[in-house]
Amino acid sequence: MKQVNLTVNGKAVSALVEPRTHLADFLREQRLLTGTNIGCEQGVCGACTLMVDGVPTRSCIVYAVACEGAEVRSIEDFDHDPVMTQLRAAFSAEHALQCGYCTPGMLATARDIVTRLPDADEERIRQELSGNLCRCTGYVGLVRAISRVLDERRNLAVA
Amino acid sequence: MKAAAFDYHGPATVAEAVALLRESDGMGKAVAGSQSLGPMMNLRLAQPTQLVDLRFLGELRECRDEGAAVLFGAGVTHAAIEDGKVPDPSLGLMPHVAGRIAYRAVRNRGTLGGSLAHADPAADWVNVMALLDAELILAGPDGERSVRAGEFMLGAFTTVLAEDEIIKAVRVRRLGPAARWSYYKFNRKTGEFAEAIAAFVDDPESGVRRAIVGAVDGAPYVIEDASALIDGWSDPAAASALQAAGLVPGSYEYQVHRVALRRAAERLSRPNGAQQ
Repeated sequence: MKQVNLTVNGKAVSALVEPRTHLADFLREQRLLTGTNIGCEQGVCGACTLMVDGVPTRSCIVYAVACEGAEVRSIEDFDHDPVMTQLRAAFSAEHALQCGYCTPGMLATARDIVTRLPDADEERIRQELSGNLCRCTGYVGLVRAISRVLDERRNLAVA
Repeated sequence: MKAAAFDYHGPATVAEAVALLRESDGMGKAVAGSQSLGPMMNLRLAQPTQLVDLRFLGELRECRDEGAAVLFGAGVTHAAIEDGKVPDPSLGLMPHVAGRIAYRAVRNRGTLGGSLAHADPAADWVNVMALLDAELILAGPDGERSVRAGEFMLGAFTTVLAEDEIIKAVRVRRLGPAARWSYYKFNRKTGEFAEAIAAFVDDPESGVRRAIVGAVDGAPYVIEDASALIDGWSDPAAASALQAAGLVPGSYEYQVHRVALRRAAERLSRPNGAQQ
């Protein structure tokens, strides 16, 4: 077991972890933060995507022990985040989820698109979403939801 | 799946990292972003007993503009290159390539040196660094040595790195202002490993007219003088390069690599960066 010190959803955490425990398992099983879903465990499906030091990261291929000093934010920490609030409403309005399994990772990636690429068009949104698999929606609703939030923010900036 | 058990070390200096690898007696692996090795370990294709994490080595993240070249610390992330947070000696080629490696969440953590050390033939940097004839600076117990990128990779997932050596930095010479480049990779899905890669660089200032055929069984095949494919397409020249790269005429692999090579050659006449 190794000691690791990090911040999880704003709280300083000191924990003993097996080096082989990846960040997603650490959050789910030691911190009981089960909002992060695990899909492929090989970095392909994107279900476990969350924020490490402010940027989207695959929590299944990052070991918790390698997160010394890191600031981790899982989906549970975004209840009052203004961009996430907009995204949740848009996901709901545009049918951007069905079973919901990919949704926490989708929201992490969607938030990154909205904040990093304010001018993203549909093609760019689709490229950026290529790392998050959704087998329910066919992506049409997802693309619409993200476009809607980008439009809302552009209109807000103009006004 | 979950990785097999291993011991984890987060050394604070390159010397300490090298010493830990030496002590691991061949069972240790250096890791930086764990975006290639992590999946391999979770799939248990790799089962190192010691993991030596290089992510706390600040000197591996430093970049220096040397004028005629840029020295990249091996720990620079793909995202930093994509976003132009480090100098670009390649007239946009490196940011173009970086932005198309896997997915943003992977690029945020995956590193230049890690990708090179992993040496997947279908990954981007092993191909681009061979194209640009970059110099890899390796650190080991006896100090540093440098290796040309075209001689670094011995085969799929196999390099000249000794068990107790790490990539410390990568030096990329600056392209001349009139240089042209093209890069074409064939993927069935955005962000997946390439089925075929081809790239050209044509630099009138240095006289370099190089091409590569990549995502083959082993190291990329370097066409040191690609004039026959740059000054108008030559079927015989293409066929001889593809066969020298180990591709068998008539096979699917030969066909997709031929198309990639042709498309990369055509794109050389477009402005740098207007690739796709």
